[in-house]
Amino acid sequence: MDIAGTEILKKTPLYETHVAMGAKMAPFGGWLMPIQYDGILAEHAHTRSEVSIFDICHMGEFELEADPLSSGLDRVVTQNIVSMPLGSCRYGFILNETGGVIDDLIVYRVKDQSWMIVVNAATIFGDEKHFLKNMTGKCSFKNVSDKLGKLDVQGPKSKEVLVKIFGDRVKSLGYYTFSEFFLWGERCIVSRTGYTGELGYEVYIPADHVVRLWKLLLEDKRVKPAGLGSRDTLRLEMGYPLYGEDLDTAHTPLEASFDKFVDFSKDFIGKSALLEEKERGLKDNLIAFKAETRRSPRHGFGIFSKGRRIGTVTSGSFSPSLSVGIGMGYVSEKQEAGARLIVKEAAIEIPVEVVKKPFYNKTSL
Amino acid sequence: MDIPKDRFYTKEHEWASIEGGTAYVGITDYAQSSLGDITFIGLPKIGDMIKQTEFCATVESVKAASDVYAPLSGKVTAVNKDLVAHPELVNKHPYDKGQIFVMEISNPDEKANLMDEEAYRSYVEGLSK
Repeated sequence: MDIAGTEILKKTPLYETHVAMGAKMAPFGGWLMPIQYDGILAEHAHTRSEVSIFDICHMGEFELEADPLSSGLDRVVTQNIVSMPLGSCRYGFILNETGGVIDDLIVYRVKDQSWMIVVNAATIFGDEKHFLKNMTGKCSFKNVSDKLGKLDVQGPKSKEVLVKIFGDRVKSLGYYTFSEFFLWGERCIVSRTGYTGELGYEVYIPADHVVRLWKLLLEDKRVKPAGLGSRDTLRLEMGYPLYGEDLDTAHTPLEASFDKFVDFSKDFIGKSALLEEKERGLKDNLIAFKAETRRSPRHGFGIFSKGRRIGTVTSGSFSPSLSVGIGMGYVSEKQEAGARLIVKEAAIEIPVEVVKKPFYNKTSL
Repeated sequence: MDIPKDRFYTKEHEWASIEGGTAYVGITDYAQSSLGDITFIGLPKIGDMIKQTEFCATVESVKAASDVYAPLSGKVTAVNKDLVAHPELVNKHPYDKGQIFVMEISNPDEKANLMDEEAYRSYVEGLSK
């Protein structure tokens, strides 16, 4: 069993609330986070049918004032940000010179030259350094991760829940768009984004108001708190990648099959490496697979084809919606949907079938 | 923490209910609660010869896989097939419907290596300090 030990773990403003509400806490990305409340399966099911709220205050936010081209910002990220309408969000990556993924992130265009960038918790400081080093033109860059709280409100009934708090304007938010709202005189950003595959929103609010918003949300009887355990099973059923598992500096977005989040019509750091890789052919391919039984593939298990090891599992879990094990992993030989492989670790042997993502598609998204 | 008085326990949180030469085996309430939602049970095979403290079955939760160790030595005579489709029975009823297998004991003296309810309770309380 994992014990936090002497590692100094950061706590979100909701830490005491989680403990008081009986959450099971565990380390994640340098933070002490709630893994579950009622249980991962119950929270998973509740998110797919009602509404769950997740404390995501550990994730990082940067605020930038910058002309996208002259500041160098557009060169740092793989998505085209110049063409983004105001009030839209766009998913993409920051890469190193060899095309390896430093992080995956979402860019928010707040004003013509005003941006919010949302990054993973464990990569905040590395990302900040990378932006500052590579944005050589005029810009203002603020790491507001500690000042800004983030709650994810996810599930088919999330719209109704948020309309009660923020008003009818929530209804007009389309997928991957956002708007500013005011609550208790505080500026909030609500975006229709998420990591569960359900209709859902991510709410950014000053950190000192997070606990109050959490409690207000829970006054709605349809809403229950959920931990990072179900967040992981929910995202995996959609085939969404987790940075540090499915994405890392050893792999490129092409190997991860996320070409559509890379705009080759512009210049960006890592582009020449990716173009070379296209010429040469991919070394690895991220695949998705489904087990024949309830047994879960796990991170680090080997992937075998006809007795030969061809790769490694990066993410794996039991799928609560499908009641079988599911996973993703990199393999050195391209695999078509329907191919039969074996996932193995010591005495554990799990027959799997390669499938197309998402694993599960009956969602409210 | 539910710890019935009528059975014996291991440090790895298995229980054995002993009736003559037969032992009924499962994992404890503490074990199921630490694991969280159980999603798969790897049952032993009927006829397997198992040895005290050695691996005999697997319990998987959403987050992790754990080995189950034999509380006593002997031969597996029955397994709880309900757990194949309903592994959550181990969470809900660890001491009855969630029982994992039944065995014929080959060495009754090994009972001395197990803890009774009182010893196991203080052992578990020591773990959570």
